[in-house]
Amino acid sequence: MVKNVVISGSDAIAEAVKLCKPKVCPMYPITPSTLVPEKISEFINDGVLEAEMINVESEHSAASALFGAYAIGVRAFTASASNGIALMHEILPIISASRFPAVMSVANRTISGPINIWNDHSDAMSERDQGWIQMYCESSQEAFDTIIMAYKIAEKENVSLPIMVCIDGFSLSHVYEPVQIEDQKKVDAFLPKYNPKNILDIKNPKTFGPIAFPNSFFEFHEQEQLAMKEALKEIPLAHTEFASMFGRKYGNGLIELIEMKDAEYALIANGTSVGTTRVVVEELRKEGKKVGLIKLKTFRPFPKEEIINSCKNLKAVGIIDRHVSLGSEGAITLDVKAALKDEKVRVEGFISGLGGRDIDKTRIKKAFEILEKGGKGIWLK
Amino acid sequence: MKQIIFLGRGGQGAVTSSRVLAIAAFEDGKFSQAFPNFGVERMGAPVRSYCRIDEKKIDLREQVYDAEYAIVLDATLLNGLIESVSDTIIINSNKKPEEINLNTKAKIKCVDITKIALEEIGKPFVNIAALGAFAAITKEVSLNGLEKAIYQQMGSKGPMVEKNINAIRKVFEDASK
Repeated sequence: MVKNVVISGSDAIAEAVKLCKPKVCPMYPITPSTLVPEKISEFINDGVLEAEMINVESEHSAASALFGAYAIGVRAFTASASNGIALMHEILPIISASRFPAVMSVANRTISGPINIWNDHSDAMSERDQGWIQMYCESSQEAFDTIIMAYKIAEKENVSLPIMVCIDGFSLSHVYEPVQIEDQKKVDAFLPKYNPKNILDIKNPKTFGPIAFPNSFFEFHEQEQLAMKEALKEIPLAHTEFASMFGRKYGNGLIELIEMKDAEYALIANGTSVGTTRVVVEELRKEGKKVGLIKLKTFRPFPKEEIINSCKNLKAVGIIDRHVSLGSEGAITLDVKAALKDEKVRVEGFISGLGGRDIDKTRIKKAFEILEKGGKGIWLK
Repeated sequence: MKQIIFLGRGGQGAVTSSRVLAIAAFEDGKFSQAFPNFGVERMGAPVRSYCRIDEKKIDLREQVYDAEYAIVLDATLLNGLIESVSDTIIINSNKKPEEINLNTKAKIKCVDITKIALEEIGKPFVNIAALGAFAAITKEVSLNGLEKAIYQQMGSKGPMVEKNINAIRKVFEDASK
């Protein structure tokens, strides 16, 4: 039965996970991700989700148990944030190199130090290179929808990569708003039963996690890179199918264009800052300014072609990065600059929202103002 | 869009009130958003919570800096109301509005919610009851929507639900005068 309820971004994720029927949920609580494992353990306790909840002793073990669950061939789920993700670091590339289609929700929180429990994207961005697809969400509804799409995309045979579904810690994980919870039958029709080919089976023994010598390691990574390219095709396909079944869509699943047709200046944003930027764009449009917004829903694989096509005719594009690669720039800025290296458009990076500092309308307006005046990207403190 | 600030003390349930208000507005057919002041809560320390209500989908995700309404669950926190409030400030107090010393352009309404909560619930649980005053004074949400929201939020936890419903009705009546 379809239900319309007011729930948090975290509850929306838990509700979606329940509908995707994972068999194993190894989880370790950490603020602001804790509401997700809390809700899922409630579902398991109440018998509405038939899964094994593993109370692991650390996030390192949570990721290891996630690996183990996929090795025996079942759908699984975990959730974490911040230093929890950092503690998983060692296992994350092992899951992706094993081509296990795991799904993990990340309630984005900065990485200490100094210690800080609030939102920025440094936890997920620090795992940029580990072979995980990364999708960011703007609303609780989008978080719900993205979890369901994530299993579908991850489990495509030509993709077979794990996915992080990212929601901004507190700014979405703790925000209550209307969400449509879909019917189980409909979700079952969209997401078929998980049918893995490579599992541990004593009747058909296979080796997992073997040493890869220099004569083969390179090819493992090459195949992961090819799978990422496949994901660039599969994400829009899964997204179109989702839209036709459930009636909601988020651009093409990679990016969404807002007021971009005749835009001269645009910002690229991800996560909840997209919502506030929508409001700013609407306000500036009323003043007659030709501004637009590109929502970067999928950060890995990076939708290079979409970025080139949507930015090449602009006078300038700015990026709101909620993370900084210390000693360089924001992670998204670096990718956008690389993508647009042969285009005339000016690219400026803005660092904002570190450690929970609000990305408000004033800061976003400031970024547009700098772009229009031909200024340089700054730290929007 | 209407923005509402809740000001209370840790343990008083300000976060729950903002959530119940968001559910009630949604039950009334509007869009809503509720969120706490992101941080670490301690029993007795000042706590803020926010609600947004609109006729259309709410995209705005910045924090609340100025609001149409404020609901102050504990009058000793009035000095902590640093946000500007443009319409009405509802204070849980047995004083008269003219006795409240506050530098604001907003209207001030005082309702003795604690007294009614003690009579109806037997404990000074003012967070849900205060919404009755908000509904009566601002008409931004219906009493019916609030009652539905209480059932959703508190489930069938027995007598506490009924007591809160009685309290919210009584506060609504009192604030309508």
